[in-house]
Amino acid sequence: MSEARLFLLQRLTALVMAPLVLVHLVLIVVAVQGGLTAGEILGRTQGSVFWGLFYGIFVLVAAIHAPIGLRNVLREWTGIGRRPIDWLMVAFGVLLLVLGWRAVVAVVGGGA
Amino acid sequence: MAEGTLEVRIWRGGDEGAFGAYAVPARENQTVLDVVTEVQRRFEPSLAYRFSCRVGVCGSCAMTINGTPRWTCRTHVKRVAPEGRLTIEPLRNMKRVKDLACDMDGFLGKWASVGTFEGTATRADPPAAIDPASPARREVDAAIQCINCAVCHAACDVVAWDPHYLGPAALNRAWTLYNDARVADRRAVLDGALQPGGCHTCHSHGACTEHCPVGLSPTASIAGLKRAGLVSLLKGGRS
Ligand code: SF4
Ligand code: SF4
Ligand code: FES
Repeated sequence: MSEARLFLLQRLTALVMAPLVLVHLVLIVVAVQGGLTAGEILGRTQGSVFWGLFYGIFVLVAAIHAPIGLRNVLREWTGIGRRPIDWLMVAFGVLLLVLGWRAVVAVVGGGA
Repeated sequence: MAEGTLEVRIWRGGDEGAFGAYAVPARENQTVLDVVTEVQRRFEPSLAYRFSCRVGVCGSCAMTINGTPRWTCRTHVKRVAPEGRLTIEPLRNMKRVKDLACDMDGFLGKWASVGTFEGTATRADPPAAIDPASPARREVDAAIQCINCAVCHAACDVVAWDPHYLGPAALNRAWTLYNDARVADRRAVLDGALQPGGCHTCHSHGACTEHCPVGLSPTASIAGLKRAGLVSLLKGGRS
Protein backbone atom coordinates (compact mmCIF):
# COMPACT_ATOMS: atom_id res chain seq x y z
CA MET A 1 0.00 0.00 0.00
CA SER A 2 1.33 3.45 -0.88
CA GLU A 3 2.61 5.95 1.66
CA ALA A 4 -0.18 8.38 0.71
CA ARG A 5 -2.83 5.72 1.32
CA LEU A 6 -1.35 4.76 4.70
CA PHE A 7 -1.15 8.45 5.62
CA LEU A 8 -4.84 8.86 4.76
CA LEU A 9 -5.84 5.68 6.58
CA GLN A 10 -3.96 6.71 9.69
CA ARG A 11 -5.81 10.02 9.76
CA LEU A 12 -9.22 8.57 8.97
CA THR A 13 -8.88 5.96 11.70
CA ALA A 14 -7.75 8.69 14.11
CA LEU A 15 -10.90 10.59 13.20
CA VAL A 16 -13.05 7.58 14.04
CA MET A 17 -11.13 6.78 17.20
CA ALA A 18 -11.25 10.24 18.75
CA PRO A 19 -14.93 10.12 19.82
CA LEU A 20 -14.66 6.41 20.69
CA VAL A 21 -11.75 7.09 23.02
CA LEU A 22 -13.69 9.90 24.71
CA VAL A 23 -16.75 7.71 25.28
CA HIS A 24 -14.50 4.92 26.50
CA LEU A 25 -12.76 7.20 29.01
CA VAL A 26 -16.01 8.68 30.29
CA LEU A 27 -17.40 5.19 30.59
CA ILE A 28 -14.47 4.09 32.72
CA VAL A 29 -14.89 7.04 35.06
CA VAL A 30 -18.61 6.44 35.39
CA ALA A 31 -18.25 2.69 35.74
CA VAL A 32 -15.73 2.76 38.57
CA GLN A 33 -17.99 4.94 40.74
CA GLY A 34 -18.81 2.78 43.72
CA GLY A 35 -16.43 -0.05 42.85
CA LEU A 36 -16.06 -2.31 39.89
CA THR A 37 -16.92 -5.95 39.57
CA ALA A 38 -16.77 -8.37 36.67
CA GLY A 39 -20.42 -9.07 37.16
CA GLU A 40 -21.30 -5.41 36.84
CA ILE A 41 -19.36 -5.05 33.61
CA LEU A 42 -20.78 -8.17 32.07
CA GLY A 43 -24.25 -7.13 33.15
CA ARG A 44 -23.87 -4.01 31.08
CA THR A 45 -22.17 -5.53 28.06
CA GLN A 46 -23.54 -9.03 27.63
CA GLY A 47 -25.94 -9.24 24.75
CA SER A 48 -25.58 -5.56 23.99
CA VAL A 49 -25.47 -4.96 20.26
CA PHE A 50 -24.46 -1.35 20.90
CA TRP A 51 -21.38 -2.13 22.96
CA GLY A 52 -20.53 -5.02 20.68
CA LEU A 53 -20.49 -2.69 17.67
CA PHE A 54 -18.82 0.11 19.63
CA TYR A 55 -15.85 -1.97 20.73
CA GLY A 56 -15.82 -4.06 17.57
CA ILE A 57 -15.27 -0.92 15.49
CA PHE A 58 -12.85 0.45 18.08
CA VAL A 59 -10.69 -2.64 17.79
CA LEU A 60 -10.80 -2.54 14.00
CA VAL A 61 -9.66 1.07 13.66
CA ALA A 62 -7.04 0.67 16.38
CA ALA A 63 -5.67 -2.41 14.61
CA ILE A 64 -5.27 -0.32 11.44
CA HIS A 65 -4.02 2.85 13.13
CA ALA A 66 -1.41 1.45 15.51
CA PRO A 67 0.70 -0.56 13.05
CA ILE A 68 1.00 2.44 10.69
CA GLY A 69 2.47 4.53 13.48
CA LEU A 70 4.63 1.73 14.83
CA ARG A 71 5.95 1.16 11.31
CA ASN A 72 7.35 4.69 11.25
CA VAL A 73 8.89 4.27 14.69
CA LEU A 74 10.57 1.00 13.70
CA ARG A 75 11.87 2.53 10.47
CA GLU A 76 13.49 5.36 12.36
CA TRP A 77 14.68 3.60 15.46
CA THR A 78 15.72 0.13 14.36
CA GLY A 79 17.88 -1.26 11.63
CA ILE A 80 15.17 -3.65 10.47
CA GLY A 81 14.62 -3.52 6.70
CA ARG A 82 11.54 -1.96 5.18
CA ARG A 83 10.00 -5.19 3.85
CA PRO A 84 10.36 -7.14 7.12
CA ILE A 85 8.86 -4.18 8.99
CA ASP A 86 5.85 -4.15 6.65
CA TRP A 87 5.23 -7.86 7.21
CA LEU A 88 5.77 -7.51 10.94
CA MET A 89 3.20 -4.75 11.00
CA VAL A 90 0.67 -6.80 9.06
CA ALA A 91 1.14 -9.52 11.66
CA PHE A 92 0.87 -6.99 14.49
CA GLY A 93 -2.38 -5.62 13.06
CA VAL A 94 -3.86 -9.10 12.74
CA LEU A 95 -2.77 -9.88 16.29
CA LEU A 96 -4.48 -6.73 17.61
CA LEU A 97 -7.59 -7.60 15.64
CA VAL A 98 -7.76 -11.18 16.89
CA LEU A 99 -7.02 -10.34 20.53
CA GLY A 100 -9.35 -7.36 20.47
CA TRP A 101 -12.27 -9.07 18.86
CA ARG A 102 -11.82 -12.10 21.09
CA ALA A 103 -12.13 -9.78 24.08
CA VAL A 104 -15.19 -8.11 22.59
CA VAL A 105 -16.83 -11.50 22.04
CA ALA A 106 -15.95 -12.45 25.61
CA VAL A 107 -17.69 -9.48 27.19
CA VAL A 108 -20.57 -9.11 24.76
CA GLY A 109 -21.25 -12.75 23.98
CA GLY A 110 -24.15 -14.50 25.68
CA GLY A 111 -22.06 -15.62 28.63
CA ALA A 112 -22.18 -19.26 27.66
CA MET B 1 32.25 42.61 22.04
CA ALA B 2 35.02 44.01 24.12
CA GLU B 3 38.45 43.44 22.70
CA GLY B 4 39.80 40.20 24.02
CA THR B 5 40.37 36.65 23.04
CA LEU B 6 37.96 34.05 21.74
CA GLU B 7 38.31 30.49 22.97
CA VAL B 8 37.81 28.47 19.81
CA ARG B 9 37.57 24.69 19.45
CA ILE B 10 37.60 23.29 15.94
CA TRP B 11 37.07 19.71 14.86
CA ARG B 12 40.15 18.16 13.25
CA GLY B 13 39.96 14.87 11.41
CA GLY B 14 37.20 12.88 9.74
CA ASP B 15 34.61 10.75 11.50
CA GLU B 16 37.41 9.97 13.93
CA GLY B 17 39.25 12.94 15.24
CA ALA B 18 39.55 15.45 18.05
CA PHE B 19 39.10 19.12 18.74
CA GLY B 20 41.94 21.55 18.35
CA ALA B 21 41.91 24.58 20.65
CA TYR B 22 42.85 28.06 19.45
CA ALA B 23 42.97 31.51 20.94
CA VAL B 24 41.75 34.02 18.37
CA PRO B 25 41.65 37.76 18.88
CA ALA B 26 38.10 39.07 19.23
CA ARG B 27 37.26 41.85 16.78
CA GLU B 28 34.41 44.14 15.95
CA ASN B 29 32.26 42.78 13.13
CA GLN B 30 33.70 39.30 13.17
CA THR B 31 31.88 36.38 11.59
CA VAL B 32 32.43 32.75 12.45
CA LEU B 33 33.89 32.29 8.96
CA ASP B 34 36.37 35.07 9.74
CA VAL B 35 37.42 33.12 12.83
CA VAL B 36 37.91 29.89 10.90
CA THR B 37 39.89 31.72 8.22
CA GLU B 38 42.07 33.39 10.83
CA VAL B 39 42.79 30.03 12.47
CA GLN B 40 43.78 28.58 9.11
CA ARG B 41 45.97 31.52 8.16
CA ARG B 42 47.69 31.91 11.52
CA PHE B 43 47.77 28.53 13.24
CA GLU B 44 46.63 25.62 11.10
CA PRO B 45 47.50 25.90 7.41
CA SER B 46 46.16 22.37 6.88
CA LEU B 47 42.67 23.18 8.22
CA ALA B 48 40.07 22.17 5.64
CA TYR B 49 36.82 24.10 5.28
CA ARG B 50 34.56 25.35 2.51
CA PHE B 51 33.42 28.81 1.60
CA SER B 52 33.10 30.88 -1.52
CA CYS B 53 30.96 34.00 -1.65
CA ARG B 54 31.22 35.22 1.97
CA VAL B 55 27.90 37.01 1.55
CA GLY B 56 25.25 34.33 2.04
CA VAL B 57 24.67 33.38 -1.56
CA CYS B 58 26.63 30.25 -2.41
CA GLY B 59 25.61 28.04 0.49
CA SER B 60 29.00 26.39 0.93
CA CYS B 61 30.11 27.63 4.34
CA ALA B 62 27.64 25.97 6.73
CA MET B 63 29.01 24.37 9.89
CA THR B 64 27.82 23.41 13.34
CA ILE B 65 28.45 26.26 15.71
CA ASN B 66 28.03 25.57 19.41
CA GLY B 67 25.76 22.69 18.49
CA THR B 68 23.61 24.58 15.99
CA PRO B 69 23.84 24.37 12.19
CA ARG B 70 24.38 27.80 10.65
CA TRP B 71 25.87 29.57 7.67
CA THR B 72 29.16 30.87 9.01
CA CYS B 73 29.75 33.80 6.67
CA ARG B 74 26.71 35.64 7.95
CA THR B 75 26.82 34.54 11.55
CA HIS B 76 28.38 37.13 13.79
CA VAL B 77 30.39 35.81 16.70
CA LYS B 78 28.79 38.41 18.96
CA ARG B 79 25.37 36.98 18.31
CA VAL B 80 26.11 33.30 18.86
CA ALA B 81 28.92 33.42 21.39
CA PRO B 82 28.53 36.44 23.65
CA GLU B 83 30.84 34.73 26.14
CA GLY B 84 33.51 34.39 23.46
CA ARG B 85 33.52 30.59 23.37
CA LEU B 86 33.07 28.85 20.02
CA THR B 87 32.91 25.16 19.21
CA ILE B 88 32.97 24.63 15.46
CA GLU B 89 32.22 21.25 13.85
CA PRO B 90 31.18 20.04 10.42
CA LEU B 91 27.48 19.75 9.66
CA ARG B 92 25.61 16.76 11.05
CA ASN B 93 24.05 13.98 8.96
CA MET B 94 26.85 13.81 6.42
CA LYS B 95 30.06 11.88 6.38
CA ARG B 96 32.97 13.94 7.57
CA VAL B 97 35.76 14.20 5.02
CA LYS B 98 38.34 16.34 6.76
CA ASP B 99 38.05 18.88 9.53
CA LEU B 100 35.07 21.12 8.71
CA ALA B 101 34.41 19.77 5.23
CA CYS B 102 31.84 17.03 4.87
CA ASP B 103 30.82 14.83 1.99
CA MET B 104 27.82 16.51 0.37
CA ASP B 105 27.10 13.60 -2.01
CA GLY B 106 24.27 12.16 0.05
CA PHE B 107 22.62 15.53 0.41
CA LEU B 108 23.04 16.61 -3.20
CA GLY B 109 22.18 13.14 -4.48
CA LYS B 110 18.85 13.29 -2.69
CA TRP B 111 18.33 16.78 -4.04
CA ALA B 112 18.96 15.59 -7.59
CA SER B 113 16.82 12.48 -7.14
CA VAL B 114 13.59 14.45 -6.84
CA GLY B 115 14.00 15.57 -10.43
CA THR B 116 15.60 18.29 -12.47
CA PHE B 117 13.85 20.95 -14.47
CA GLU B 118 12.60 19.51 -17.73
CA GLY B 119 10.20 21.65 -19.66
CA THR B 120 8.28 21.16 -22.87
CA ALA B 121 9.09 24.43 -24.60
CA THR B 122 11.68 24.75 -27.36
CA ARG B 123 13.75 27.73 -28.41
CA ALA B 124 11.08 28.59 -30.95
CA ASP B 125 8.41 28.99 -28.27
CA PRO B 126 7.76 32.34 -26.65
CA PRO B 127 8.65 32.56 -22.94
CA ALA B 128 5.97 30.94 -20.77
CA ALA B 129 3.47 33.44 -19.44
CA ILE B 130 3.33 32.78 -15.70
CA ASP B 131 1.06 34.97 -13.61
CA PRO B 132 3.16 35.99 -10.59
CA ALA B 133 -0.03 36.20 -8.54
CA SER B 134 -1.23 32.69 -9.33
CA PRO B 135 -1.39 30.41 -6.28
CA ALA B 136 1.06 27.90 -7.76
CA ARG B 137 3.63 30.56 -8.56
CA ARG B 138 3.29 32.01 -5.06
CA GLU B 139 4.13 28.56 -3.66
CA VAL B 140 7.22 28.43 -5.87
CA ASP B 141 8.28 31.95 -4.90
CA ALA B 142 8.05 31.11 -1.22
CA ALA B 143 10.39 28.13 -1.58
CA ILE B 144 12.68 28.89 -4.50
CA GLN B 145 15.48 30.85 -2.83
CA CYS B 146 17.23 27.79 -1.43
CA ILE B 147 21.04 28.10 -1.50
CA ASN B 148 21.68 24.36 -0.94
CA CYS B 149 23.53 25.00 2.26
CA ALA B 150 22.34 21.74 3.89
CA VAL B 151 21.66 23.50 7.19
CA CYS B 152 18.12 22.10 7.24
CA HIS B 153 19.40 18.63 6.34
CA ALA B 154 21.75 18.81 9.32
CA ALA B 155 19.03 20.15 11.62
CA CYS B 156 16.54 17.39 10.81
CA ASP B 157 16.41 14.52 13.31
CA VAL B 158 14.49 12.34 10.88
CA VAL B 159 17.37 12.57 8.40
CA ALA B 160 19.59 11.29 11.21
CA TRP B 161 17.23 8.42 12.02
CA ASP B 162 16.16 7.26 8.60
CA PRO B 163 18.91 7.07 5.97
CA HIS B 164 16.28 6.72 3.23
CA TYR B 165 14.58 9.99 4.07
CA LEU B 166 14.96 12.56 1.28
CA GLY B 167 15.11 15.39 3.78
CA PRO B 168 13.81 18.94 3.86
CA ALA B 169 15.88 20.55 1.09
CA ALA B 170 15.20 17.88 -1.53
CA LEU B 171 11.48 17.83 -0.74
CA ASN B 172 11.37 21.61 -0.77
CA ARG B 173 12.91 21.41 -4.24
CA ALA B 174 10.30 18.85 -5.30
CA TRP B 175 7.57 21.24 -4.18
CA THR B 176 8.94 24.05 -6.36
CA LEU B 177 9.13 21.72 -9.37
CA TYR B 178 5.63 20.40 -8.74
CA ASN B 179 4.22 23.93 -8.71
CA ASP B 180 6.14 25.09 -11.77
CA ALA B 181 3.70 25.22 -14.68
CA ARG B 182 6.56 24.87 -17.15
CA VAL B 183 7.65 21.47 -15.84
CA ALA B 184 6.69 18.77 -18.31
CA ASP B 185 5.84 15.91 -15.93
CA ARG B 186 4.74 17.39 -12.63
CA ARG B 187 2.94 14.17 -11.77
CA ALA B 188 6.24 12.28 -11.86
CA VAL B 189 7.74 14.82 -9.45
CA LEU B 190 4.84 14.32 -7.04
CA ASP B 191 5.03 10.54 -7.38
CA GLY B 192 8.71 10.68 -6.47
CA ALA B 193 7.96 12.75 -3.37
CA LEU B 194 5.26 10.28 -2.29
CA GLN B 195 7.58 7.26 -2.32
CA PRO B 196 8.75 5.63 0.91
CA GLY B 197 11.31 8.02 2.38
CA GLY B 198 9.42 10.93 0.83
CA CYS B 199 7.17 13.60 2.30
CA HIS B 200 5.22 11.27 4.60
CA THR B 201 8.39 10.50 6.53
CA CYS B 202 8.50 14.12 7.79
CA HIS B 203 7.31 14.73 11.35
CA SER B 204 6.46 18.37 10.65
CA HIS B 205 8.36 19.41 13.75
CA GLY B 206 9.94 22.33 11.97
CA ALA B 207 13.64 22.14 12.87
CA CYS B 208 14.48 22.75 9.20
CA THR B 209 12.36 25.88 9.08
CA GLU B 210 13.73 27.08 12.39
CA HIS B 211 17.30 26.88 11.11
CA CYS B 212 17.06 27.75 7.41
CA PRO B 213 19.28 30.83 7.12
CA VAL B 214 17.31 32.34 4.24
CA GLY B 215 14.01 31.94 6.01
CA LEU B 216 12.41 29.25 3.87
CA SER B 217 9.92 26.79 5.28
CA PRO B 218 10.62 23.28 4.01
CA THR B 219 8.05 22.17 6.60
CA ALA B 220 5.34 24.05 4.71
CA SER B 221 6.57 22.73 1.36
CA ILE B 222 6.46 19.16 2.67
CA ALA B 223 2.99 19.72 4.08
CA GLY B 224 2.04 20.95 0.61
CA LEU B 225 3.32 17.72 -0.93
CA LYS B 226 1.33 15.66 1.57
CA ARG B 227 -1.74 17.70 0.73
CA ALA B 228 -1.18 17.29 -3.01
CA GLY B 229 -0.76 13.53 -2.47
CA LEU B 230 -4.05 13.34 -0.58
CA VAL B 231 -5.91 15.40 -3.16
CA SER B 232 -4.66 13.20 -5.98
CA LEU B 233 -5.57 10.08 -4.01
CA LEU B 234 -9.07 11.32 -3.23
CA LYS B 235 -9.63 12.39 -6.80
CA GLY B 236 -8.99 8.79 -7.75
CA GLY B 237 -5.57 9.47 -9.14
CA ARG B 238 -2.62 7.20 -8.62
CA SER B 239 -0.85 6.59 -5.27
S1 SF4 C 1 9.73 19.41 9.57
FE1 SF4 C 1 10.21 17.50 8.51
S2 SF4 C 1 11.97 17.94 7.23
FE2 SF4 C 1 11.78 19.64 8.71
S3 SF4 C 1 13.15 19.05 10.37
FE3 SF4 C 1 11.13 18.25 10.90
S4 SF4 C 1 11.07 16.16 10.07
FE4 SF4 C 1 12.82 17.21 9.15
S1 SF4 D 1 16.05 25.06 2.53
FE1 SF4 D 1 17.20 26.64 3.65
S2 SF4 D 1 18.49 25.47 5.08
FE2 SF4 D 1 17.78 24.03 3.55
S3 SF4 D 1 19.41 23.93 2.01
FE3 SF4 D 1 17.90 25.47 1.31
S4 SF4 D 1 18.64 27.41 2.11
FE4 SF4 D 1 19.73 25.82 3.23
S1 FES E 1 30.36 31.59 1.93
FE1 FES E 1 28.71 31.62 0.49
S2 FES E 1 26.99 31.39 1.80
FE2 FES E 1 28.62 31.55 3.21
